[in-house]
Order: sequence, then structure tokens, then C-alpha cells
Amino acid sequence: MSTVGTRADEQSLPPLQPPGDSTGLFGVFRRRYLLKLLVQKELRVRYQASFLGLLWSYIKPLIRFLTYLIVIGYVIGLKDLEGYPYHIFSGMIIVTAFSETLRAGTRSVTKNKSLVRKMNVPREMFPMASVLVTAYHVVPQFVVLLIAVWLAGWHPDGPALVAGVLSVAILVTFSLAVALAFSAFNVYYRDSENFTETIAHLVTWSTPMIYTFEMIADRTNGNWIEQVYLLNPVAIAVMLSQRCFWVPTLEDPATGVQPDNLQLRGVLMLVACLAFVWLAQRIFSRLESGFAEHL
Amino acid sequence: MADAIVCESVSKRFTLRESRTLKRRLVARAHGREANRSFLALDTVTFTVEQGESIGLMGLNGSGKSTLLKLISGVMRPDSGDVLTRGAIAGLIEVTAGFHPQLSGRENIYLNAAILGMSETEINRKFDEIVDFSGIEKFLDAPVGNYSSGMYARLGFSVAVSAESDIFIIDEVLAVGDPPFKKKCIRRIKEIRDQGRTIVFVSHNTTQVQRICNRALVLEQGVLTFDGTVKDAIHKLRYDDEDDVDAEGGEL
Repeated sequence: MSTVGTRADEQSLPPLQPPGDSTGLFGVFRRRYLLKLLVQKELRVRYQASFLGLLWSYIKPLIRFLTYLIVIGYVIGLKDLEGYPYHIFSGMIIVTAFSETLRAGTRSVTKNKSLVRKMNVPREMFPMASVLVTAYHVVPQFVVLLIAVWLAGWHPDGPALVAGVLSVAILVTFSLAVALAFSAFNVYYRDSENFTETIAHLVTWSTPMIYTFEMIADRTNGNWIEQVYLLNPVAIAVMLSQRCFWVPTLEDPATGVQPDNLQLRGVLMLVACLAFVWLAQRIFSRLESGFAEHL
Repeated sequence: MADAIVCESVSKRFTLRESRTLKRRLVARAHGREANRSFLALDTVTFTVEQGESIGLMGLNGSGKSTLLKLISGVMRPDSGDVLTRGAIAGLIEVTAGFHPQLSGRENIYLNAAILGMSETEINRKFDEIVDFSGIEKFLDAPVGNYSSGMYARLGFSVAVSAESDIFIIDEVLAVGDPPFKKKCIRRIKEIRDQGRTIVFVSHNTTQVQRICNRALVLEQGVLTFDGTVKDAIHKLRYDDEDDVDAEGGEL
């Protein structure tokens, strides 16, 4: 340490600033290595003492799929809808992924209490990690779906592929936004967990997965209820996914009833979801200052 | 010399028992009571630490030392006033906070070093040094949940001291480990000090503070009541009374 004047000294030094990492989501991307380790930890811990391990992420959706197919398809009688299994599956992937992220994301900060309370890491890391953990489980499901529709003679056109990309983009951004906001709320009010269960339930039934959009359209004739229905990002993502995987398996793709201008709606929804991410990040960083004392 | 830590009339208030539920709030309102009670953990604390100084932060339990450390490390933010720091901060605070009992020692080293801000290459480079310092080579691949409490703390300590930083914070952790390990730790802390890094050291152990620090701050019920030499601080706190139980590093 030299005794040169303060000014010369300070120039070569990092700036004097408030401590703590307030770089938000960008800080998370800058520390990708830590993110990767946190995701690995999460996966390791979740399946460590489990006999079936990762197989659960196939078994659970399979059971749910069969339940819908048997109860709604055969008992209630929707099975005559062409490509009904693909209709369910392509929607279910989206709904399951969203609900998983919602559940895990909401708990992500409270579960990592000891880290949040004592160490200085960008806290957006935790909800972000739950999004990635979900992705890890969902990608194989997409592979299964791809194989299934391919066997059913899937010939996607350009709009189908656009729809697929939009669907995933909406899913990821919306899940991230919700995970960020809810993980922060959950520190202050533990109601969030009950709340997420309720939302997960609502999402299952407010998206055209086990019933068709045609049924909604028939009963609403485009009135305000339909418009509200179409404001749900998960519903849009589900229909885009169906546009990508289900519609191209139909003998005459025109028979698959979907909202008009679906891709355009998708683009607008994606823009809205990006805005949600921004908003959720704002909420998160505002609430974050109180994390350490509320946990 | 440049400032490393600046605290400018920093205050922090904690809520004692928060009535967050709807029911409690309604009851409190009906009785015309204030729903929340609070106390001031830090009351307009102002001081500056220059780069390369080693500061002892002293005071009785509940005087606000840990709160102040949390503000300096950035885990908490002050209600009013400013805390400014220069450069990276690391230290020995809750060294095992990032440990996951189901992961092995090896995995925990990587995870915790990454939490402390190290890159993958940096961890690979320092890995042997960390393991060496902890002295637990044999159990590296066992889950840390099976470690003895001493081993657990040693591993945490070893990772923490390997982090490079401009400011190094030490919160009452030298009470862990057996005497040889403790000696090793003190030696390491002195090395850190001699590298010109700024140290903030919280301890009730007057001998250790005297060995490491060249200046002491005393907090009393959230108020900074003394800023000067370590010797005077000890006197101020009456830690130098003759029946002092742990004058010679005898913390148990």
C-alpha cells in the first residue's frame, strides 16, 4: 500500500458502492456456473433416496395422460375427436411444465433460506434454477411426444413450427415471471403455496387440453368470455403447441378448430410475457431487500 | 489511503412480532393497538474503515454486531443511511450455510466456492489447497451430513478462506475446530491481513482481537460508543476484569 494521494490510489481500485448483488436476472446469467451447480444440486437431492428416481418424471405424466384419456375420452366420450391423445399430450406438456415451475419456483427462495439469509448471491438464481429443473424434466417428454406424432404421420408446415417455437417461448417467459414474483411473495406470506395449488388447478381446467377449443367457441360465439379465455398465456401456449403437434396429424388439418390468427396472438402474448418478466423482476428486487429479515 | 468501508448514519429497525395474518390484524385494529412492535438494532452508526485496516467489532450479545456485518456484506440493507464498500467481500460468516447435507464433500466444495463467486477454473486450481487445509481428504466423497460437526465446520472454513476478496469478514467462527486447526486459522487470517486486505473481525475473545486487529469499534445496544485502540475497547467493555473467563483463548 503506497502513501500516494488518495485520488491516484482510488483510480486503480474498484468503486465504492453499496454492497450486495443487485444485478438481477443479468447477474444470474453472468454466474451461469453457479446456476448450473444449483440445478444439479436440486436434481441430485430430489432423486437421491428415490427408488424410481428420474423415472417419476415419466410415470406421473403417463398416469395423468391415461386418466384423461380413459375418463374423458372413453367414459365421457371425447375419444372420437381425431387425434385426441395428441390433443391431450401436446397440451398437457405445457400445463405440467407451468404447474411444476409454479410450485417449485414459489418455494425456491424459502427453501434456500440459509443461503439467502447469510450469503450474498443474486437471489433471482433460485426461481431461475427451478425453471431449469423443470426444463430438464420436460425436454424428454417433448421427445416422447415427437416420436408419437411422427408415428401418427406428422407433417408439420411452416406455421406449425412457428407455433411450436412461440409456445415454448411463452411457456418459459411466463413461468419465469410467475416463479420470480411468487418466490418473493412467499417470503412474506406463506399463503402463496395454497395460492399456487389453486392456480395449478385452475390452469388445468382453463386451457383446452382435455376438452377442445371448439367447445369453448361453440358456447361463446366469440363473446367476451371467449376473449377473456384467450387472455390466458398458458391457454395460448397450449393451443400453439397443439397447432404444432396435433393439427398436422389430422387427415384434414382444417378440421382442427383453433382461434383465428393464433400465431399473431402468440407473438403479442410473448411480448406481454416479456413485459411480465420485467415487471416480476421489479417486484422481486423491491421485495428482496427484506428477504434476510423475513426468513 | 482509500476508504474500504463507509457507514454513514446507518440505522436498522427490526419488527419484534409481526402480525401478518388477517385475523391478527383485525384483532389489533379492533383493540386500537399498534399491530407491530419494533426495536432499533442499529442507531445512526457512522464510521469509516480504510483499506488494509483490521477492525475488531466488539460488544455484548445483541448489541448489533451481526446486523452490522450483514449490512456490510450486503445480505441486508439499511433502513436509513448508507453503507458503501469497495471491492469484493468474502469472509467467515456462517461458513456452512451453503452446505447441503446430502451432497458429498467434493460437491459441496464446488457449490460453496461458486456461491462465494469463484469460477470453475478457479475452483479447480484451488481444490487441492482447500482439501489440504480442511484435512478431510479421506471423507471427500461421503455426504457431509455424515460428517462430525468439527469436520463440517472445517470444510466450510477451508472453502471460505480460499475466496479472494478485498474485504474479509470474520464472525465469531474461530470457536470451531480443535486447537491445531484453530492455530492454522489464525495463521491464515494473519496472512490475509498481511496481504493488505481489509478485515472486520467480530469476537468476544480479547486475545484474538488483540492479535489480529489494530483498531476496535464497540457497539452498545445499537449505538457505536467507542472507536479507538483495541486495548481501550477491551477496557471500556470491562473485558479486562481479573476474573475474565476466556482471556487466554479459552472459549469452549
